[in-house]
Amino acid sequence: MFFLTHIWLIPLLPAVGAAVMLLFGRKLQKNSVSAVCVGTIVLAFLMACGAVREYSAWSSTAEHYRQPYQTILYTWLGTDTGHMNYTTHDGSPAPFQADAGFLLDPLSSIWLLFVTGVGMLIHIYSTGYMAHEGGYYRFFGYLNLFMFSMLTLILANNYVLMFVGWEGVGLCSYLLIGFYFHRKSATDAGNKAFIVNRIGDAGFLLGMFFIAWYFGSLRFTEVTHIARSGRFAIGDPIITAATLLLFVGACGKSAQLPLYVWLPDAMEGPTPVSALIHAATMVTAGVYMVARSNAIFVLAPASMKTVAIVGALTAIFAASIGLVQNDIKRVLAYSTVSQLGYMFLALGVGAFAAGVFHVFTHAFFKALLFLGAGSVIHSMSGEQDMRNMGDLGHRIPTTHRTMFIATLAIAGIFPFAGFFSKDAILWETWSREGGAYRFLWYVGYATALMTAFYMFRLMYLTFHGHPRMSHEAEHHIHESPISMTAPLVVLALFAIVAGWLGWPHSLGGSDRFTTFLEPVFAPEARVLQEEGRTGQLVAGVEEEHNTGTEWMLMGLSLAAAGAGWGMAWKNYRHADKDYKEPIAVAAPPVYNTLLHKYYVDEAYDYVFTGRRKLGDVRLGVLGFGEGSAWFDTHIIDGAVNTAGWITRLSAAISSWWDKWIIDGLFVNGVAYSTLPFSWFARLFEWGLVQWYALVMTAGLVGFVFYYVYH
Amino acid sequence: MESMLHITTLHYLVLGAALFLLGVIGVLTRRNVVIVLMSIELILNAVNLNLVAFSHMWGGLHGQIFAIFVITDAAAEAAVGLGILIAFFRNKETINIDEVHLLKW
Repeated sequence: MFFLTHIWLIPLLPAVGAAVMLLFGRKLQKNSVSAVCVGTIVLAFLMACGAVREYSAWSSTAEHYRQPYQTILYTWLGTDTGHMNYTTHDGSPAPFQADAGFLLDPLSSIWLLFVTGVGMLIHIYSTGYMAHEGGYYRFFGYLNLFMFSMLTLILANNYVLMFVGWEGVGLCSYLLIGFYFHRKSATDAGNKAFIVNRIGDAGFLLGMFFIAWYFGSLRFTEVTHIARSGRFAIGDPIITAATLLLFVGACGKSAQLPLYVWLPDAMEGPTPVSALIHAATMVTAGVYMVARSNAIFVLAPASMKTVAIVGALTAIFAASIGLVQNDIKRVLAYSTVSQLGYMFLALGVGAFAAGVFHVFTHAFFKALLFLGAGSVIHSMSGEQDMRNMGDLGHRIPTTHRTMFIATLAIAGIFPFAGFFSKDAILWETWSREGGAYRFLWYVGYATALMTAFYMFRLMYLTFHGHPRMSHEAEHHIHESPISMTAPLVVLALFAIVAGWLGWPHSLGGSDRFTTFLEPVFAPEARVLQEEGRTGQLVAGVEEEHNTGTEWMLMGLSLAAAGAGWGMAWKNYRHADKDYKEPIAVAAPPVYNTLLHKYYVDEAYDYVFTGRRKLGDVRLGVLGFGEGSAWFDTHIIDGAVNTAGWITRLSAAISSWWDKWIIDGLFVNGVAYSTLPFSWFARLFEWGLVQWYALVMTAGLVGFVFYYVYH
Repeated sequence: MESMLHITTLHYLVLGAALFLLGVIGVLTRRNVVIVLMSIELILNAVNLNLVAFSHMWGGLHGQIFAIFVITDAAAEAAVGLGILIAFFRNKETINIDEVHLLKW
């Protein structure tokens, strides 16, 4: 039980690494930086493995059967003395309190394992990728800080501590996107990510307050318990509001419509960062949060529908943009947004396990794709534009092969990882709620076709066709060092086998992944069924009945993947310097719209940021910016100026009064009026001392004569 | 002849009156403050002469002691007067007594 009781060490280890790097890193050699930072993550990964092992043993005992493991170190926010009580919606007092507490259940186990595992591989990869870069210690310090925040987010046992980790990963994302801070585009991208995430975070906070007010607690276990106790009706408006607000937070962090705009720009960061933060781990935090709150989400069908529709729309929207992008990392970025949309689609239709399964498989193949792209960029001396690549396949064979595996996985080719998770999602979308969500299946299916197309387009443009780079760049092409290729190989292995954990029943598997997650999600299925909201009944009969349909859907999505592959093969196999984009040939306006990302950034600049003007009008935040500026200059400043004018006017009057009435009339007037009476007295004042003396003497002589002759 | 050579009290009084008159004329006519101060000294010494003369006539010492007081007083007055004079000169760059009319009105 050592690992389980000391689970707080898992986030603490990277925190120590980060502290060492950010305080003393500048003085350390690169070797020691790598040793400390990779070492902490390796240790964290080993401890995570130990903790999950111990947890599965612990939760299989009769006493704690399927219970979440929770350990509370202390209360870090609020007290238990009753001084910080607040009143919940029904008037009963509840203490406002957040623990430094850690929760391990199947859901957090999955995140814990793949975050530390993929994180470890990416740390190792970074030692090779960043070897020639400045700020080596800073990079690893931020990376460790990110791991600390992410693990806090995952292991938190309440919304407040989760929010701390949530903000921490946002901060690290900002710092790492802007890692090349001498490039203006990088710092701008960092700001954009940070600011867009603030919008989501505001939603998360408000949702959290709603939950505190309505449930009287912020602990996941207690909120879940109350939500499942039947105290609240399904469709409760407050719960709907709370879950919608939480979903706004998830939209920000997980780059869903309409807050996805920061993620493609986040590719300005170093490629390992894109792999770790903006593909595998951080962007799935929104999925984690919604899955963690599944008990309250199922009480709000409107929110669930919103999640599903937003997810599906994001999936097809981002995938269609990805079809025509030329920057290798941007294609992958839009692919990430699109895959995140799939995950939310699954959550929204109530297939939480399928959504989490896709997070799990996606973490491996998307991290692999990004690391492979990093390896390509590394070998191309920093070139990211696929139009200048081509024919790299035999020059960097390891990168080529591993990326090919990842492409097969994301395109959903049997039996690679993505096939199982994507088909689980599509199947659940088709069948859940008696087919109520079936229209979203078409969206998801079209997305699958697009995914296969843009991924194989990336592969053919990069690794096949004719070389289109400059001779100098061609001369420098080299396979990456072992520290970079080894993680690729390990991830490729997982991109193949990770999906097998969820081998569906219809193909003779046992879907162990869903079974593993049952303690977290199963009660929802019961709630749904008891309320009669679902046409699906308990597994068994119904499932056998539908196996034929499931096979058919699998066949269809395999056909879509094959079709996408075929189209890419046909158009890009022999791509030379003057190759034509098929969409540009067929429909130039569509191509331009897609290339400019539906002009969303421009629209946001017009409507929200105010960086562009509509004619002479600058809207900014829907006109609030310009409006409040006008209000400020005209009303507020006008009031201030008026007050100033009034003061000046009264001062002028008062000054005039003082000068002419007080001083003039009363002071000088009195003096001047007495002046005429003084003229006679003034005649005696010559101002000549000797005249006074003479008068005095004459007077004296006069008196003497008077007394003598009187 | 005998009686002509005998100096009586009257002689002292006449001399004192002459000195006094000279002093008064000096104070009233001269424009230089220093000369005015010196003339005042003449007046004071005329008074001293009268005091000593009457003291001699009555055979008492009171008059002579009083004369010494007057001399002391004259010294103090001269010091204060010259001090004022220097301050005045610093302000006006002149010691013409006609210029001392700041407090005229």
